[in-house]
Amino acid sequence: MKKLIAGITLALSLGSFAFAQEPAKAPTGAAGAPAVAAPATAPAAPAATAPAPAAPLAKAAAPAEKKSELKANPYVTIPIFLIIIGVTMCVVVWSAKKTKSAADFYTAGGGITGTQNGWAIAGDYMSAASFLGISGMISLYGYDGFMYSVGWLVAYITVLLIVAEPCRNAGKFTLGDILSFRTEPKPVRAVCALSVVAVSTFYLTAQMVGAGKLMQLLLGIPYKTAIIGVGILMVGYVVFGGMTATTWVQIIKAGLLMSGAGVLSVLVGIKSGMSPLQFFTDIATNPNIAEHVQKVVLKDPVAVAGFDYGQRFLEPGLFLKNPLDQISLGMALVLGTAGMPHILMRFFTVPTAQAARKSVIVAMFIIGTFYILTTLLGFGAAIHLSPQGIQKVDKGGNMAAMMLAQKMGGDISPFLGDLLLAFLCAVAFATILAVVSGLVLAASAAIAHDIYVNVIKDGHADQHEQVMAARITSLCVGAAGILIGIAAEKQNVAHLVALAFAVASSGNLPVVVMSLFWKKFNTAGVIAGLVTGTVISIVLVMVSPNMTYPKKVAADAQKVVATLEKKQAGGTILSEKETKELAKARTDYETNKDGTSIIGLDKPLIDLKNPGIISIPIGFLAAILGCLAFPSRRSEEMFDEIYVRQNTGIGIAKAVDH
Amino acid sequence: MADKQYDWAAIAKNPKFVELHRKKTTFLIGWWVFSTVFYFLLPIGAAYAPGLFKIKIIGNINFGYLFALSQFFVSWGIAMYYAHVANKDFDRLTRELVDELR
Repeated sequence: MKKLIAGITLALSLGSFAFAQEPAKAPTGAAGAPAVAAPATAPAAPAATAPAPAAPLAKAAAPAEKKSELKANPYVTIPIFLIIIGVTMCVVVWSAKKTKSAADFYTAGGGITGTQNGWAIAGDYMSAASFLGISGMISLYGYDGFMYSVGWLVAYITVLLIVAEPCRNAGKFTLGDILSFRTEPKPVRAVCALSVVAVSTFYLTAQMVGAGKLMQLLLGIPYKTAIIGVGILMVGYVVFGGMTATTWVQIIKAGLLMSGAGVLSVLVGIKSGMSPLQFFTDIATNPNIAEHVQKVVLKDPVAVAGFDYGQRFLEPGLFLKNPLDQISLGMALVLGTAGMPHILMRFFTVPTAQAARKSVIVAMFIIGTFYILTTLLGFGAAIHLSPQGIQKVDKGGNMAAMMLAQKMGGDISPFLGDLLLAFLCAVAFATILAVVSGLVLAASAAIAHDIYVNVIKDGHADQHEQVMAARITSLCVGAAGILIGIAAEKQNVAHLVALAFAVASSGNLPVVVMSLFWKKFNTAGVIAGLVTGTVISIVLVMVSPNMTYPKKVAADAQKVVATLEKKQAGGTILSEKETKELAKARTDYETNKDGTSIIGLDKPLIDLKNPGIISIPIGFLAAILGCLAFPSRRSEEMFDEIYVRQNTGIGIAKAVDH
Repeated sequence: MADKQYDWAAIAKNPKFVELHRKKTTFLIGWWVFSTVFYFLLPIGAAYAPGLFKIKIIGNINFGYLFALSQFFVSWGIAMYYAHVANKDFDRLTRELVDELR
């Protein structure tokens, strides 16, 4: 077995080496080859087709004024990538030796300390989307970006006060363990596993597609290569190292991310003399920001006299327009985080409820500090790179933090700029690995532990068989993740994150809470709650503005055609770019004019992107009605047991005493 | 399950357990409701009271920014306070109860 693991690990490392080598080819082939590939989400981003002839290697490029492109220097980036992959591989080999029982595989034998678990939760949670996305949002829309990040931290209050300790005391490996405690185990586990797999798949797909596009944009490697590379590494970590390796990858990543964000923040701070007051004055008086707010965000063609556009950047309402949607998102975050299977699973890795409590508190300090730092990064990027410059590279601002790293370091020396950029690239990469590994583990635990061991085998499976089942399902889940990631390349996957949180908050959380705290709760309640919450969330997201509505696309395209044709008719000769736009708009119109969304709609039925405000109450209601309709005396009698257990930890102490 | 020897219903009626569970419930639900209400003041306030959020407090720093920042400190504060109470009271009561059952 050991030899097999060593062999496969070696093969994986070689595979990832080849994967990491890839970027070297692009810039060395021809100096002008566009190293920054088009992000599929923003095909219009001009930087994607940045004028090739003049583009020098990033190494030689001293950051010029308003640098409108971003290139990683392969001679710096590859070694850093290799170091990170190498370190994590060592962790895998080390943890593979320790992974013998099912408990080792799913929960690292309960041997993770509170502080370690706190770092791992933080590492699991601060995804590339929040790291790059939120700093980008702040750099383009100011205050709203910062406000958006608050909910992600506040969500942990619910985790801390309501679910962390009871879960540690009542559960073993999975969400199904808690829910099946005083209910009919088989149907409950089966339904619960389906919900967990659904949530994990939505989240995983969003992460995988994001990963592919990020690597494509940063390093210029093809999308598929990136997905396969990330996928192989993730499968390697989970299959061989189980929870121990996954935890350590998450810890390493959280450490790297915090140090990267910290260094950058200090560099940004120094530019404003380390004075918060000066920093905010710099934002409010920056002419580029004022112009961006006026022309791009508020679309005032002529500045309104006396209106302070710079200060407007520090006020709410530039990005988040629909208050109900905003509140709905808040609800999904606050309640959904506590229902996320990969977060719940982290509480089974610690030995006691005290450690579970400590880990949430540690995680809250890390995550909170991180989100406060993103303000510095986002605003710093807006001041020093200008929102216009950031949008040239990526319309959504996702590259703001990366560009800031190159600029801030580059102001000291070009090498330092490359080094910081390479470091952040590697952090983003490690981030994706950490998050997807956690998700693969959660999904495979649901399939292997809940469905295979407890439903199919009736709980009769020896340790060896359980571990094999876990490894095989992890491999399958990972492979499925890679395939879905490749298939979803052209899809807009933003709605999948909304979907994951919606299902977790309206399906999982109500049943977990009631299972722990409501005496009358029973099998019918779990099934009604899970099924209704999941189905209603999916339906609502399907009819929400998250989906693509071809008729709307066609209408927009028609507008572009009309504008440009009018311009043409007026005698103006269209520029090359405009001609292309016109041609594209015409095809867009033709291909979309008769289309409907996936489920056959012309336009969204609701205007909420996050259905939480509707689906969460329905989820709770369904769970309540379900168990009132089919009361179960046994479930009520067993309430005392789960209630005493979750409050005191009696009975569980032995189970985790390895 | 190897722990059949516990009489769960009896423990649930044990005065120590009743005390523990009453204290815990009041504390947890109370602070959860507080933190949730405080959090939702942010999106609701930003949407329906933008004038308030625009008031400059120190230099260019406005009320909105300070309020959003306060969310972090309030969350940390609640977490620390909970840890303090749990380590002091809840854990002590739990320990006493577990010792008594032994």
